Amino acid sequence: MATQFTRMLAGRNTAVVLASLGAGTLATGYLLTDSTAAAERRMLYPPSADFPDLRKHNNCMAASLTPAIYAHLRDKTTPNNWTLNQSIQTGVDNPGHPFIKTVGMVAGDEETYEVFSEIFDPVIKDRHNGYDPRTMKHPTDLDSSKITSGVFDERYVLSSRVRTGRSIRGLSLPPACSRAERREVERVAVMALSGLKGDLAGRYYSLGDMNEREQQQLIDEHFLFDKPVSPLLMSAGMARDWPDARGIWHNNQKNFLIWINEEDHTRIISMEKGGNMKRVFERFCRGLKQVEQLIHERGWEFMWNERLGYILTCPSNLGTGLRAGVHVRLPNLSKDPRFSKILENLRLQKRGTGGVDTAATGDTFDISNNDRLGKSEVELVQLVVDGVNYLIDCEKRLERGQDIKIPTPLAQFRR
Amino acid sequence: MAKNCHNDYKMKFSGDEEFPDLSLHNNHMAKVLTKDIYNKLRGKSTPSGFTVDDIIQTGVDNPGHPFIMTVGCVAGDEESYEVFKDLLDPIISDRHSGYKPTDKHRTDLNFENLKGGDDLDPAYVLSSRVRTGRSIKGFTLPPHNSRGERRTIEKLSIEALATLSGEFKGKYFPLNGMTDQEQDQLINDHFLFDKPVSTLLTCAGMARDWPDARGIWHNDAKTFLVWVNEEDHLRVISMQQGGNMKEVFRRFCTGLLKIEETFKKHNHGFMWNEHLGYVLTCPSNLGTGLRGGVHVKLPKLSTHAKFGEILGRLRLQKRGTGGVDTASVGGVFDISNADRLGSSEVDQVQMVVDGVKLMVAMEKKLEKSESIDDMIPAQK
Repeated sequence: MATQFTRMLAGRNTAVVLASLGAGTLATGYLLTDSTAAAERRMLYPPSADFPDLRKHNNCMAASLTPAIYAHLRDKTTPNNWTLNQSIQTGVDNPGHPFIKTVGMVAGDEETYEVFSEIFDPVIKDRHNGYDPRTMKHPTDLDSSKITSGVFDERYVLSSRVRTGRSIRGLSLPPACSRAERREVERVAVMALSGLKGDLAGRYYSLGDMNEREQQQLIDEHFLFDKPVSPLLMSAGMARDWPDARGIWHNNQKNFLIWINEEDHTRIISMEKGGNMKRVFERFCRGLKQVEQLIHERGWEFMWNERLGYILTCPSNLGTGLRAGVHVRLPNLSKDPRFSKILENLRLQKRGTGGVDTAATGDTFDISNNDRLGKSEVELVQLVVDGVNYLIDCEKRLERGQDIKIPTPLAQFRR
Repeated sequence: MAKNCHNDYKMKFSGDEEFPDLSLHNNHMAKVLTKDIYNKLRGKSTPSGFTVDDIIQTGVDNPGHPFIMTVGCVAGDEESYEVFKDLLDPIISDRHSGYKPTDKHRTDLNFENLKGGDDLDPAYVLSSRVRTGRSIKGFTLPPHNSRGERRTIEKLSIEALATLSGEFKGKYFPLNGMTDQEQDQLINDHFLFDKPVSTLLTCAGMARDWPDARGIWHNDAKTFLVWVNEEDHLRVISMQQGGNMKEVFRRFCTGLLKIEETFKKHNHGFMWNEHLGYVLTCPSNLGTGLRGGVHVKLPKLSTHAKFGEILGRLRLQKRGTGGVDTASVGGVFDISNADRLGSSEVDQVQMVVDGVKLMVAMEKKLEKSESIDDMIPAQK
């Protein structure tokens, strides 16, 4: 799959070529077009005048951005005129999130990761456990047959889900895209999806055409993304022109869904009630491959390179962009003081059942993989399978009054 | 710093492909913007890089407001009103009662020209307030300005305000540096502006980098205050309990003129021209930028069938006591002038003074179960 993409690079964009050349390439940005007004302003306001006040901030961007880096990058732009200030705006406006350490910056287009690599590389390293985009390569593996023990005890696991994102090469990302680009993403995706058949056959529901009741039902079923209220999303400009060109496609069984133009061009989701993660992942891989095939037939491709894997809006989703998770009841384990450490060593994270910005209610948690980059899809899903099985085992032990053990920490990258 | 001119890239798409979907919209921008106007303007930008999409973004993102017909667009700099006049002139005309591109606006900050205003019944008129905005020439406006510009505006404002003396001597409280005690006090005094949560403001980019370079200055008596870098560079407010609008206006004019003097000395006048008067971020505040108003108890009058009509004829508007986005509570209304452009500061405050006096008299009549039909005013 990787080589297919590198071969298909025929000239959408010179900077894309630069981006894919990998480690060691000095990919430079394009300087702001020099009008007198722009030059005057640069003199009046040197980078030090514009450096954000990050003293109260706790996100990856704030931890890595120095005045020197800012000074190098402030006046550069990507070929689509995206700037560093725009990338970091969300991190400046949102000093810290109580439940999760946010990244604090977004990409406006594929070239962002190259033009502003001086800040993106350390942030990526920070967020992805030391993954170094300059020296390491990211593996892609969507062969679901490799998963073992992927069916959970349904007395504990209520539902299973795998999601990822894909961006369409040549179009700007949600923080930057114009209305026309966003509509083009919708057109490309919907046209491709109409080619899905069998158990994947389905239809598209544009957000604008839905009534309130339909919308709320899909939100309640955990299918539809909420109206954008998260300040993380809004400060990054991803809610502009809502609900124009946003929508959801799903198959007739409602276990394979695509979100269009929310935080990424597309989010692909496979989910079902119960504990059959293996089947969820099998459908995920099959559907994803078919969608890729369908957009290739129309001359489009996904943003991908071998340093960073799949390119998405938020650096936290680079690599596989994959979050595989379950809603699982852990009434005893969740009260055990060792719960967090167990999760940490299994490289899992917990969230509330309402999604990333929410708190857990009661005993049911959303448990999923922490990592996205540096391990393949198969590796990550297997990690979740093994981890959740371990958690259920702990829960059962505690039920019987037996003791549990904290597992040894998992290795970070495949060597 | 020049904002992203994403424009050049967007020009690869046609105007039709970029034109916003305004089918559910109800604001001035949506009423005026046509594909022709959009096509004409989409290739342009002001010298600092503000484009038509930047102007209209807030109106696209906010289809309509339940209490008030919003403008749906903002300026990014002084030049916006010139470069995008094909869009903004009709909006200005629509919003400001037919004001034409050739009309001239009169400024009158001579408080002695106000007649009366010192005798509004304090049993009904709980507080009086006059506010306006000012933009400092040479800087871009809140939807567009960079952190460097905003900080310079704050610095200049602090310097200017520090020169005030007598009844105007006061202190600056930067939002960032406030102690909890100071913050609580300012909230209790109804002075502190909150982080903007209104999507009208956030979608226009005015909340970026909050609370960097934002702050509040007020005099020791707490009757004169200046907001720095909220929706405009400066908002200047004179207020006090009770109904002495004359005094409020005197203090307003005197303080404002002193501030302007200081800025001019530093070669930073206010944005003003003889067509649009004072240039502010929102087209609704052009002209005087003045909102003079009172919090007044009108429980009977407000439920009268003709309340809306009376207000309209007096050229006044009602709001809730929490500000523009709110509803009224307990029969107490915020009543203020509806006009900003095409009449002077004195004219507008005069309308408030005369109108509120009349409405309080009506309220008293209704209390005695008497009719007010012979008091209904003619259209001003």
